[in-house]
Amino acid sequence: MAWFKRKKQEETLPEKAPETPQRYEYGLSKSRKRFREGLLSLFGLGMKIDSGLLERIEAFLYESDLGTAVTELILDEIEKESRKKLLLNEADIRELMLRLFGEMFKDDELSIPLEQNQPCVVLVVGVNGAGKTTTIGKLASHYSASGKKVLIIAADTYRAAAIEQLDIWAQRAGVEIIKNLEAKNPSGIVYDGIQAGISRNADLILIDTAGRLHNKAHLMQELDKIRRVIAKVIPDAPHETLLVLDGSIGQNSLVQAREFSKVTPVSGLIVTKLDGTAKGGSMIAIRKELHIPVKFIGLGEKLGDLLPFSPAMFVNALFGGFEDRS
Amino acid sequence: MLEQLRDNLQTIFKNLRGQGKITEQNIALALRDVRRTLLEADVNYGVARSFIDAVKEKALGEKVLLSITPGQQVIKIIHDEMVRLLGDTQVPLKLDGLPPAMIMVVGLQGSGKTTFAAKLAKQLKASGKRPMLVAADIYRPAAIEQLQILGEHSSVPVYREQNRDVLRICRNALAQARNSDVNVLIFDTAGRLHVDDAMMEELSAIHRELKPREVLFVADGMIGQDAVNAAKAFNARLDVTGIVLTKMDGDARGGAALSIRSVTGKPIKYISAGESTEDLEAFHPERFANRILGKGDVVTLVEKAQEAFEEKDAERLEKQLRKNRFDLHDFREQLKMLKKMGPLSSLVDMIPGAAKLKNAQIDETQFQRTAAILDSMTREEKSRPEIINAGRRRRIAAGSGTQVSDVNRLLNQFDQMKKMMKQMNRMKLSKQAMQKMKSMPWN
Repeated sequence: MAWFKRKKQEETLPEKAPETPQRYEYGLSKSRKRFREGLLSLFGLGMKIDSGLLERIEAFLYESDLGTAVTELILDEIEKESRKKLLLNEADIRELMLRLFGEMFKDDELSIPLEQNQPCVVLVVGVNGAGKTTTIGKLASHYSASGKKVLIIAADTYRAAAIEQLDIWAQRAGVEIIKNLEAKNPSGIVYDGIQAGISRNADLILIDTAGRLHNKAHLMQELDKIRRVIAKVIPDAPHETLLVLDGSIGQNSLVQAREFSKVTPVSGLIVTKLDGTAKGGSMIAIRKELHIPVKFIGLGEKLGDLLPFSPAMFVNALFGGFEDRS
Repeated sequence: MLEQLRDNLQTIFKNLRGQGKITEQNIALALRDVRRTLLEADVNYGVARSFIDAVKEKALGEKVLLSITPGQQVIKIIHDEMVRLLGDTQVPLKLDGLPPAMIMVVGLQGSGKTTFAAKLAKQLKASGKRPMLVAADIYRPAAIEQLQILGEHSSVPVYREQNRDVLRICRNALAQARNSDVNVLIFDTAGRLHVDDAMMEELSAIHRELKPREVLFVADGMIGQDAVNAAKAFNARLDVTGIVLTKMDGDARGGAALSIRSVTGKPIKYISAGESTEDLEAFHPERFANRILGKGDVVTLVEKAQEAFEEKDAERLEKQLRKNRFDLHDFREQLKMLKKMGPLSSLVDMIPGAAKLKNAQIDETQFQRTAAILDSMTREEKSRPEIINAGRRRRIAAGSGTQVSDVNRLLNQFDQMKKMMKQMNRMKLSKQAMQKMKSMPWN
């Protein structure tokens, strides 16, 4: 226990400590607690690296949904390090992972190009149940609160009561919504919606699309059509395509990102439901393979439960480094 | 579904079979690959490890190594172990006892509870039960409306009320059911995180009071390593009676199925594939294992065909075929029946060896196009395809939103099909005919 306390004092916040660490940390605390408990139980002070220890590290990397590629990359690095230095302890390995992930996320563009485009059109896509509608409500609230005029287009004409759900979120966020309960064709609504957005001088147009599994050819074609219709009204739009990923999904997230990118270039990820024990490790594999940055993370069902992603803080929060208040 | 897991295992098995002599080292290498494959398929780390340990223990016995087909033996051990992990036998819902039988549907947000509840209600209704859905998700905006709409689609009553007390809603629903002829109650509860104590306590309270016969934990088939934490937590609170895996029409890798069953010891009861209310299948461990191992699942395929094809339709079709009077009307009819069996991609999974047709992209829209072309023909044209001349072809193409070449292709295929049937009638099913079958519209 004494060691545990001493360790905590050594851990300091990253240089660019964001303004909302507590909020962020609270949501992630359960993930982090598991992650850290997992990690801490692996190490004693100056424990020598051996195959048993490596296996335990491997277990906890896999259990964080980091996937085979990233796990093997980290294990390779650990082995390399352990050859340089005979004794390898928890701090060394944590540092190593921080370095790896930090480099990976280093130059990511995290903002949405609002200043350069008026209106800025954001297409929100994802599989069923990822949390698109809830996320749009939160995004609308986030940008509306910072003084932007936000307009939502309800283009999920498929799921029962999807439009009603989005309508309630629009009311909560206090923004306008373009919807048509009778329409069956999403591209039509999108076309009308963008026209409306232009004439009403919206700063930001958020388009909610139906959930679709990425292996359904006809649904992906429909998405392609939506994208083309958007470009017809505003040639360089959508300015941003955000893929919403359920943080509890495993390696399939990578396949989702790959397949959606083929239809409409995905410019950013929003990883939801990270307020549980899921660690969302698959986002690292996506960043590594497809170079898609994570822009926001979802930490609950309230309007404020969406936070801009900060790689350093995320890595720190996962690996421990804040006071544990849970 | 499960393609990747299946393909990787196939490769490993092929290597094993190819070995004339199998050494302990061969087996160890193959098992290392199996383990990696399982982990890539999101099987929980601990579950994968004990799976491999179990296979290793059985495979390294002298009997296997000295047998005539050691590779085959190892594959069989893996198969058996997988069936054991998946739960050996199919476990049906328990709906007996004093009605109404109560089913609680629980799970994380976005796992597909509402859609599943509606599908289950529809299936129970079709089997002669009188189900009622209870809208017990008062948190997610428009969740109640969603259930209401889905209930209407399948003509199942939905109990709803404006109330912020979920327990009271459930209680009132039960009272109403007792006063009616409803004999199954399905409670669609709100999605919640297993670490949310207050929300979990809400479920416990309902469970304590209503004592439902079934508590079904619904999990997204694509869920990752956290599946085991969530499943364990729900099970600890509610003594789950069964597991439902959803979105299995995606390319989920099946890891969740293997893991959740294993850590909770509770049977998987249903797998759900598709958004239409028909796409719900009872879970059969042996069949599922066969699909993972690329052996196909002919039993389910036949069952689906039996459900979709009315006997009298089949008889009529057979008669037409026998008399060689099969026309485009019958062709249209056939397409309709095939469509009823569910998404083509899920059917292909069940065909043994279909895994090898990996690149045969299944295009459901091709299906729709064929149907549209047929629907743009007049009655007479369908009965006597030979009258379809160039002018009619242009009209049909315009009417169905296709090209004349599409219409031509369809008519050619139909011609071939007829010729083939003639041959079949003469009981001379040649290889050539089988070849032709491959160029049918759904290929």
